[in-house]
Amino acid sequence: MGAKVVFKIENLTKTYHTGDVDIHALHGASATLYEDEITVMLGPSGSGKSTFLNIIGGLDTATSGQVLFKNTDISHADEYELTRFRRHHVGFVFQFYNLIPSLTARENVSLVTEISINPFSPEDALSMVGLEDRMDHFPAQLSGGEQQRVAIARAIAKNPAVLLCDEPTGALDSKTGRLVLEALTRINDDLGTTIAIISHNASIQQLAHRTFYFADGEIIREEINDRRLAPAEIEW
Amino acid sequence: MVTLMKTLNIKLLRDFKRLWPQALAISLVVACGVATLILSVGTYRSLEETRRTYYERYGFASIFATATRAPSSISRKIGRIPGVMSFEARVVEPALLDIPGMIEPAAGQVISIPDRKAPTLNRLYLQAGRLPDPDKRNEVVVSANFAREHGFQSGSTFAGTLAGRRITFQITGLALSPEFIYATGPGDLVPDNRRFAVIWMRQKQLSALTDLDGAFNSISVSLLPGASQEAVIDALDKNLAPYGGTGAYGRKDQISHAFLDSELQQLSAMARVIPPIFLFVSAFLVNMVLSRLIALEREQIGLLKALGYGRWTIASHYMKLVLVIAIIGVVIGFGAGTWLGNGLTVLYADFFNFPFLIFQRNVDVYLLAAGVSVAAAALGGLRSVHSAIRLPAAAAMRPAAPPLYRRESSVGRFFSTMVSQLTVMSFRHLVRWPLRSGFAILGSSLAVALLVTAMFTSGSVDSLIDTIYFRTERQDAGIIFNPAQSTSAVFAARQLPGVLSAEPYRTMKVELSNGHFNRRLVIIGKPKNMRLSRILNLDLVPVNLPPSGLVLSQRVAQQLNAKRGDVITIKLLEEGWHEARVPVVDIIQSYLGLNAYMDITALDRISRIGPRRSGINVELDSAKLEEIYSAIKSLPAVTSITLQASSLKKFRETVEKNISIMTTVYVVLAVIIAFGVVYNSARVQLSERARELASLRVLGFTRNEVSMVLVVELAVVALLAQPLGWLLGYGFSWAVIRGFQNDLFRLPFVVETSAYGWSSITVLSASIFSSLIVLARVRHLDMVRVLKTKE
Repeated sequence: MGAKVVFKIENLTKTYHTGDVDIHALHGASATLYEDEITVMLGPSGSGKSTFLNIIGGLDTATSGQVLFKNTDISHADEYELTRFRRHHVGFVFQFYNLIPSLTARENVSLVTEISINPFSPEDALSMVGLEDRMDHFPAQLSGGEQQRVAIARAIAKNPAVLLCDEPTGALDSKTGRLVLEALTRINDDLGTTIAIISHNASIQQLAHRTFYFADGEIIREEINDRRLAPAEIEW
Repeated sequence: MVTLMKTLNIKLLRDFKRLWPQALAISLVVACGVATLILSVGTYRSLEETRRTYYERYGFASIFATATRAPSSISRKIGRIPGVMSFEARVVEPALLDIPGMIEPAAGQVISIPDRKAPTLNRLYLQAGRLPDPDKRNEVVVSANFAREHGFQSGSTFAGTLAGRRITFQITGLALSPEFIYATGPGDLVPDNRRFAVIWMRQKQLSALTDLDGAFNSISVSLLPGASQEAVIDALDKNLAPYGGTGAYGRKDQISHAFLDSELQQLSAMARVIPPIFLFVSAFLVNMVLSRLIALEREQIGLLKALGYGRWTIASHYMKLVLVIAIIGVVIGFGAGTWLGNGLTVLYADFFNFPFLIFQRNVDVYLLAAGVSVAAAALGGLRSVHSAIRLPAAAAMRPAAPPLYRRESSVGRFFSTMVSQLTVMSFRHLVRWPLRSGFAILGSSLAVALLVTAMFTSGSVDSLIDTIYFRTERQDAGIIFNPAQSTSAVFAARQLPGVLSAEPYRTMKVELSNGHFNRRLVIIGKPKNMRLSRILNLDLVPVNLPPSGLVLSQRVAQQLNAKRGDVITIKLLEEGWHEARVPVVDIIQSYLGLNAYMDITALDRISRIGPRRSGINVELDSAKLEEIYSAIKSLPAVTSITLQASSLKKFRETVEKNISIMTTVYVVLAVIIAFGVVYNSARVQLSERARELASLRVLGFTRNEVSMVLVVELAVVALLAQPLGWLLGYGFSWAVIRGFQNDLFRLPFVVETSAYGWSSITVLSASIFSSLIVLARVRHLDMVRVLKTKE
């Protein structure tokens, strides 16, 4: 295992206080994510996958534990440092696309390239997800799959170290979902971007290098996949 | 169904709790509309009703006339003129007063009252003491405000010169009269209780002092219902002409009455202009906030429909929210309007001399205010409620399609490549809802316009002061002779100690006619090369009077439909009404009264009695004031004196107090509008764009960068509102100036740059403050929660 470590996460816990109830979303999750790898995180609702992803992506902070990103501890970063971290190193893709409706596909991508250090051009990023012909369309003029691919183009345009995807195919049918997964695997192949994907759909693990199984706020199992399949080969 | 309704009402209550800052901002706008309506209509009615009741109870006359000396028998003839109900013949004489503690003389107007009975007309309201004893010399009743100013009571005395005699007046009582609700002394623009007194004396005593036994020089008449005022005035003039009658006039030319009229006119203008502004803004705000609420509750509405709630139940649910907002506004407005109305009425009572105040708090004003406010709010909510009930249940349960944006024209496209994508977002959002953006701009601009309208007055008043006191009437004092004197009196006055220079003038009461247009006024004759009291042309440049011909002020020229070269017929009212024909040679600017001017020697030439001087304007050595005042007080021919510095000081005091009260009220009103518009716009924007803004945060934009998206949009609205507000404010101010134009005074139309500046600063500050409150919420955007949910 000569691959470089991108994230080293140890004993992560997260407790939410809502009203009179404490919810332990994570207790003691540890994991390592490697460069060039696609990692899939599986588990039932409420098992802590999203909380885990949000914390390593700098959207949320842990109650305790440590997150090392390329040997830098981000678990004690302040609001400003987390914003810089997201701006330069992390790309996010969510289930509901979250595009800016008043900007075209190209402009949605430019939004990110304008503030990045070493970005791709918006046109290149959109070509990577196969949307070179739809660049001047507004989100309302695109299909769900196309919108999700714009979201992916926007996430990778900054050339991030890591791409975090929370249910990227959750709102899509299988055909469109495959197109989105193809875009993700191509990015991993071509750019070597570390990708973490949360899914309810266990079959997605077939395209991953590594799979984490979540249950009750912990990672209960880690599997390495020696026989990766292409998205087109996956049984949905 | 009953329990279902109850549950919906619980939802309503919780919605309201959640929305309370926005609801309150709208309620306050509604409250301003209600309050200004109650304030203006209520005060108008209170003032009018107080005046009407006062006139009725104290027999205020309908027509007034003066003569030089008319025998009493004429008054009985006047009583028989058809249409005359009653009359009061009396003696009126000016006096120069020497008040202890005042180095300058004060002015008095001494009026006779019948010896053994109360006057038939213009009866006195005796505030303290008793009426004078007809058999005791020099006993008088004085105007209550004058007495109060000097600490006089029954039993106090003060000296004065009346008809050339030095007299010590003995005060027996303090009174008010319907003739002097607004009482100004000679040369003054506003009442000065210190320097002007109305003095009532028994007929017998005053006649003896003025050598008018068995005669009168002033008569007031009241009319039978339905009588023609013009016919009675004509008959009065005919009867009095042989005795120096100078023309009868109705209430509209009686100064006190005319001044109250102009005040009432302003109140009614306020009632027509200001409340509609608030009604409009509140309707817009209700529409904006309710549309957003309904968009957010789209799925809930679908659910309610799926559960079997009818369209009208849902419609009335949202309308109830509008009603709650409107009713809270109405209640606040009732309180504020009543409070402000009472305050304003009491302020009027301070300014005007009323013996009592009748607060008109008619239910109809309150009902009207409540009705129109609720209706405006409901109208604002109608469209959004309609869109809610129109949605089919199934469609309502699905999220709304994302808003469709369009590419701009080539100019817009070029612009969008020049700025950051964040700025593009702001502009596209603005343009996507043009009506809403337009109304937000209009709403904020109305706040600016209101302030410009409040603040321009001070510029106009400054210009009025500059024109009157520093360019036109530049004398230190005016000495008035009664009756007019020969030219030798001028030489005598010039010899007084401390008089540096003097310019005589002659006034002549005339009727000017041009075709079928005519107007009674005073022609002022002035010498060549005026240095102290000057006239200004239409560009406010001092000009000399031509050696002959008539110079008219613009307002007189308009009333006579006269232009340069027209020949005007002058009827000399004081000289047996004989006529002269004189051409108009110039038209000039004048902001006070109705004026016509002639060269003094030209005026002497058309007079049958030869040269006479009505007074002189003097420049005084300020080191010798005490000396000169005491000399003037002892001059028998001098009946009054005008003092420019005191007059200006009092005018400034009065006007500044009024302006500062008015400006404060308008600033509060404008801030409420600006806050209501900006706060609600920002809240709705934030609600609509929470998802976008959270996405930006996830993408790595800082809070400040994300806030800029809202700030740019709010700033564009606020900035565009400024020039529009200036324009509207200019228009409103112009309308106000037009409303101010009357025969007593006109205000020059001057809107100073500072009026625009301060208006904008005030509104922009309120906008920035309300934006900051909303922007603080950007800090609490929950990125994770927003992004994990569908909108």
